[in-house]
Amino acid sequence: MSSRDIILQRLRQRTGGPRTVPECDFSVLQRPDWSTAERIDRFRRAIESVHGEVHLCRETDWVDRLAGLLRARGARNLLLGRNHPVSEAVRASTHPDLPPLRVYDRPIEQWQPELFNDVDAGLTSTRGGIAETGSLILWPTPDEPRLLSLVPPIHVAVLYASELYPTLYDAMHAQAWAAGMPTNALLISGPSKTADIEQTLAYGVHGPKELIVLVVE
Amino acid sequence: MTTHPPHSDARHFHERAHAAIHDPKIRQNFRRAMDGLMSKRKAAFDGWDLEALRTLGAHIRLRALAHLPELLEQLERRLTENGIQVHWAVDGDEACRIVRDICVARGAKRVIKGKSMVSEEMELNHYLAQEGIEALESDLGEYIVQLADETPSHIIMPAIHKNTGEISELMHEKTGTERSHDVEYLTAAARQQLREKFMNADVGLSGVNFAVAETGTLCLVENEGNGRMTTTVPPCHIAVTGIEKVVPSLADVSALLALLTRSATGQHITTYFNLISGPRKPGELDGPEEVHLVLVDNGRSAIYQDDELADTLRCIRCGACMNHCPVYTRVGGHTYGTTYPGPIGKILMPHLIGLDEGRHLPTASSLCGACGEVCPVRIPIPDLLVRLRRESVDGDRLHPARVPGHGAKRGATEALIWKGWSWLHARPGLYRLGTAVAARLRRLQPNRAGAWTDYRTAPKLAAKTLHQRMKERAQ
Repeated sequence: MSSRDIILQRLRQRTGGPRTVPECDFSVLQRPDWSTAERIDRFRRAIESVHGEVHLCRETDWVDRLAGLLRARGARNLLLGRNHPVSEAVRASTHPDLPPLRVYDRPIEQWQPELFNDVDAGLTSTRGGIAETGSLILWPTPDEPRLLSLVPPIHVAVLYASELYPTLYDAMHAQAWAAGMPTNALLISGPSKTADIEQTLAYGVHGPKELIVLVVE
Repeated sequence: MTTHPPHSDARHFHERAHAAIHDPKIRQNFRRAMDGLMSKRKAAFDGWDLEALRTLGAHIRLRALAHLPELLEQLERRLTENGIQVHWAVDGDEACRIVRDICVARGAKRVIKGKSMVSEEMELNHYLAQEGIEALESDLGEYIVQLADETPSHIIMPAIHKNTGEISELMHEKTGTERSHDVEYLTAAARQQLREKFMNADVGLSGVNFAVAETGTLCLVENEGNGRMTTTVPPCHIAVTGIEKVVPSLADVSALLALLTRSATGQHITTYFNLISGPRKPGELDGPEEVHLVLVDNGRSAIYQDDELADTLRCIRCGACMNHCPVYTRVGGHTYGTTYPGPIGKILMPHLIGLDEGRHLPTASSLCGACGEVCPVRIPIPDLLVRLRRESVDGDRLHPARVPGHGAKRGATEALIWKGWSWLHARPGLYRLGTAVAARLRRLQPNRAGAWTDYRTAPKLAAKTLHQRMKERAQ
C-alpha cells in the first residue's frame, strides 16, 4: 500500500467516530462600510505604522510625483513591467526627473545578476488594496513578474482609491478569488522587515527597504 | 553544512531548567521578548470581539479536521490540476527521502530554505548534509541559529535566546562580518550573504501556513521576503507541511490569518502573505518551473484517532501559548529539548517521541491556564496536559490509553497507594474510622514533606473531619 493510502485509511478509520461540524460565523470579520475617504485614511495609517509611505495623487500627476520621489532618493534607474497601462504611462512621460527606465521583458535566467545587483527601484500596478490592514493586492502576470516587487530596494506601487476594500474577506469575495487563483498572488503590507535580532526592527532584510504607494484618487 | 544533534532530548528537562533559571542572560532575553509580545498581542486585538473571533477560528479548524481525509484528497486533486506535484510521507524519514530524491533527480546540490518547523521536525538539514546536499536557512533568525549550530528556541522567533552582542560575535566568527551592535548593519550583512545564495540555489524549500483545498493554494506568512525569494528564485520549489494544515476555503484563510499574525507578533498582518497555486506558466518570466508539496503525517494520523487528543491538531503555530507561558518565559525554548517547545510542544511532542522520552513534558506546567486562554483556535491545552499526565501513569480505567509510552511514570508504590485509597473510599465505615484516627494523630504529622515544603508550609489535617463538622452544624 502506498504511503498516501496508508495515511488516508488511518484517517478514515478513526476510532473516535465522526466529528461534529460546528457552524462558522464570519460576521465577526465584518467592518463598517467605510467611505472612500475613510478607507484611504485607514490604509494610510496602517501602512505608515509599518514604515511604508503613501502619497495621494491624481491620474494626471502621479508620474510626476513618482519622478520627484525617485530623484529625491537618487535612484539610478526604474524597472517597469512590459505591457501595462501603469508602465506605459511612465514610458510616455518626458519628466526630466525620471531616471533611466528598464523593462522586465526577459526570463529571469537571462539577467538575474543584473536584476539583483543593478536595479534600484521597481514599479508595479495593484489589484486593489485592503483598508483595515494597509495591504496591497498583487497578482503578478507575464507583464508584471513576481520579482519586480521583491528584488529592487525600492518598490513603488500604484493603487486606485476606488479599489480599496475594507477587509481581505471583502476583497476575496468581490474579486471572486475562489473561482481561480493565479500562479502567485500576494498581499504586501509594508517594506521587508525583521525583528529576529533581539526584537529590534530592521527594514529591507531580503525584499525592498522602502515601499511607496501612490494612491490615485 | 549543519550537523544538528538529534532534536529530542526531553529527558533532561529538569537539569536544563535548573541551569536556565540560574542564567540571568537567558532569563533577561526571554523575559523582555515575551513581555513585549504579550502587550503587542493585546493591542492588536483592540477593538475586536476577540472571543467571537477565537470561536470562529476554533470552528474553522474543527470543521477542517472533521473532513480531513476528503480535504486532503481535494487538495491533492486541485494542486495536481494546477501542476503542483503532491507527495505523501508517513514519517519524517520518508519525507526526507522524498526531498532528497527530488534534489537528486534535478542534480541539485544547494537548497535554500524558508522557515519551516516541519523540516525541523524531519531534521531535514542534518539528513541532507549526510547526503552531500547543502541546506541553508534564509530566515534571519534561522540563519543565526544555523550559524551557531543550534535549534530554534521559539517557533516564530528562532534566535530569541541570543542578544545582539552574541549575534554580532557569531556572525564575525562564522562569516567575517565586522563586530557591531548596529542591528541594521548586521541585517544588511546577512542580506548580502544570502542574496548570493538565493541566486545560486538549485532548490527552494519552504513550509506552509495554510493549504487551501478549494483552489489548490499554498499560503505562506512572513515579514522578511525570504519566503518569497525561496519560492520564486530557484528553479524548483519544495513545500513541506503537516497533513493537518489543510482548510476548505480561502474565506477560512482570511479569518485564520487575522488570528495568526495578531496572536504571534501583534501584527495586524505580516509584510508578505504569499499565495502559491502553481509553477511558472508559459509566458511568465520568473517563478519555479517545478513545485512540489510533501504532505507529512509523522504521528498526526495517530493523534487524530482520539476525540480529545485530536484538538492538538487545530494548532496554527502562532506561538502565543509560549509567549504567555510562565514556565517557557523562565526556562526558554531549549530547555524542553524538543522541536516544538512551550505549551504546544508539551501536548504535541509526547505523541512524536513517546511519554517515556517526554515524561517531563506534561508536568512542566503549573496548569495556570494562560495558554488555553490566548490560543486563537481554543485548544484546551491545560485539559490536554492533564490527559497526558493521566496517560503517563495509566490512570484512567474508563478510557484506553493512546499515547505511545503511556504508563511510563506508573510506579508500584503510587499505584498501590491509590488502590488503597479507592478501596477505603468504597467502604464508608472504614473510611470514617480512618479519618477519625488520622484527625487524632494529627500532631504526629511531619512538618517537612520533601520538595513540597521547600517554599510552602506543610498542610495540616483539621482537628475534626468534614463529616463531624457537618453533623455538628446540622444539630
